[in-house]
Amino acid sequence: MSAPEMVLKVQDLKKHFPVHKGLLSRVVGHVFAVDGVSFEIRRGETLCLVGESGCGKSTVAKTVMRLQEPTAGTVELNGADITKLDQEELRAHRRQMQIVFQDPYSSLNPRMSAGAIVSEPLTNYGIAAGPELTQRIAQLFERVGLRADAMVKYPHEFSGGQRQRLGIARALAVNPRLIVADEPVSALDVSVQAQVLNLLIDLQEEFQLAYLFVSHDLAVVEHIGHRIAVMYLGRIVELADNADLFGTPLHPYTEALLAAAPLPEPGLKRERIILQGDVPSPMNPPSGCRFHTRCPYALPECKVTDPPLLEVAPGHHVACLRRPVGTDGAPLTRTA
Amino acid sequence: MVSTTASVTVAARRTSWADILFWSRRNKTIIGGMVILLALVTVALIAPWIADDPLGFEPTNRLKRPSEVFLFGTDQFGRDVYSRVIYGTRISLIVGLSVALVATAIGLALGVLCGYYKRVDAVAMRFMDGLMAIPAILLAIALITLMKASLFIVIIAISIPEIPRVARLVRSVVLTVRGQPYIEAAIASGTRNLTIMWRHILPNTVAPLIVQATYVCASAILTEAGLSFLGAGTPPEIPSWGNVMSLGRTFFQIAPWIIFFPGIFLAVTVLAINLVGDGLRDTLDPRIARRM
Repeated sequence: MSAPEMVLKVQDLKKHFPVHKGLLSRVVGHVFAVDGVSFEIRRGETLCLVGESGCGKSTVAKTVMRLQEPTAGTVELNGADITKLDQEELRAHRRQMQIVFQDPYSSLNPRMSAGAIVSEPLTNYGIAAGPELTQRIAQLFERVGLRADAMVKYPHEFSGGQRQRLGIARALAVNPRLIVADEPVSALDVSVQAQVLNLLIDLQEEFQLAYLFVSHDLAVVEHIGHRIAVMYLGRIVELADNADLFGTPLHPYTEALLAAAPLPEPGLKRERIILQGDVPSPMNPPSGCRFHTRCPYALPECKVTDPPLLEVAPGHHVACLRRPVGTDGAPLTRTA
Repeated sequence: MVSTTASVTVAARRTSWADILFWSRRNKTIIGGMVILLALVTVALIAPWIADDPLGFEPTNRLKRPSEVFLFGTDQFGRDVYSRVIYGTRISLIVGLSVALVATAIGLALGVLCGYYKRVDAVAMRFMDGLMAIPAILLAIALITLMKASLFIVIIAISIPEIPRVARLVRSVVLTVRGQPYIEAAIASGTRNLTIMWRHILPNTVAPLIVQATYVCASAILTEAGLSFLGAGTPPEIPSWGNVMSLGRTFFQIAPWIIFFPGIFLAVTVLAINLVGDGLRDTLDPRIARRM
């Protein structure tokens, strides 16, 4: 059995935001929002990006979509690098990748009817017009669980979950191969989250969609992700299959992240790993391993050497000096 | 009651012409202003039937006080001030409307471009800032003296200083809308820039633009009168309010009616337009509109 074809291949993606200051707005520094991120997504696969606020996960999503211009690195969509394309060339490629936004309120134009919102990508690419367009929109509405006659309504007449369904219908309209979902359920009620997630999973099975799913919610990620990438200060520190990551987290940061997530069973005790201090400023990231300032297992060497993301076990990538290739995943001894 | 709630949802949904009409009917300020304006427009339209020749000299009837024959009196050449003021309404309304149209059209285009493209913004807005630093009336005088005086030139000269004000307003609206995620969504959906401006950005500028247009209109009428009064505006043979007042200035102490009547018309016109503008602003501003 050969692996499904590659849809998205991101290599060494960087996005640095210049920081301006003073009267002449001189550049006084850069925010290293994304600093060398590489990953691949195949057909029908979901790659989740997790991390705390400000780790650059949403910036990865926007840069992959080229809603923000990458500083360096390549983004290959179906084998074609889209980082160097001009606007018109990029437009042709956008059909293959669509995005679902976090906020279902502000991502829909309040002055446009639901039908007009979903039809926008279709008319942009001249895919459908007239009665055919109406029919296609009705299909899309029903596919995402909305009534077809709701297309005359306006966004404010829908609930949050329904609005997110509209966003999904819009993304789905042009039959993309990749959908970038930037925290698509974090603005929704928990009961609605599950419905929307299951809709995404159903659609993935039906259309063999590839998802780049950005989230900070580990429960959501565990539910939908095939592979999971953990980000810290603009870097991927661990990338592994769902079961491997949740079963044997190798990076100390992943370990702490998992330990911080609440368990659904009351009374169950677990050793909490409380990280010391705050996340360092992405304007001035620490030397060596970016996590060493807060890592309970840090060695003196961690201050100096920046660990590369290595495949230490089959399909399990981790960037940690204490987890060399062939590591057994045994608990580390604390140093701090 | 039922019809009111139904219309409230409509108003919250979008600002359409029907809503503007609907809210306008409930706003006393707008009604007051509109009634006066409609009366003035009617007067301007039927001027040939209700007034005599505004240019007709009657040297025997110089500087006559207001009477049954000469409703507003006569000027130093024996011209009927009433006829001149009535015909002057035409000039003022033409100038006000034309300037409002020209200034908003150009200001809108510039504002949208500046708000959308950062590079255009850097150059064009600095130029606009420079333009705004020059007093409107001085700029207009300079422009008019460069060319042969005519109504068209006056309109253009008054429009130019108004453009930066409109452009700034539109630009600020565009900048706020530009940051909305639905614009990003439109880009991601493959919408071309021009379509984004037309479909997603322009509708948001309509409400503030209508309000601004009324203020531009009022200030244009004032500026035209001011320019004519200074002798730098509309050619003296055209009976504009400013021209009538300018000629009456010399005889102010013996024939105050020459200045008084066009002055009243000018003040009432500007007041009416500003009333409509204020009313529309209250109606179209969503924060205030909710409370109504």
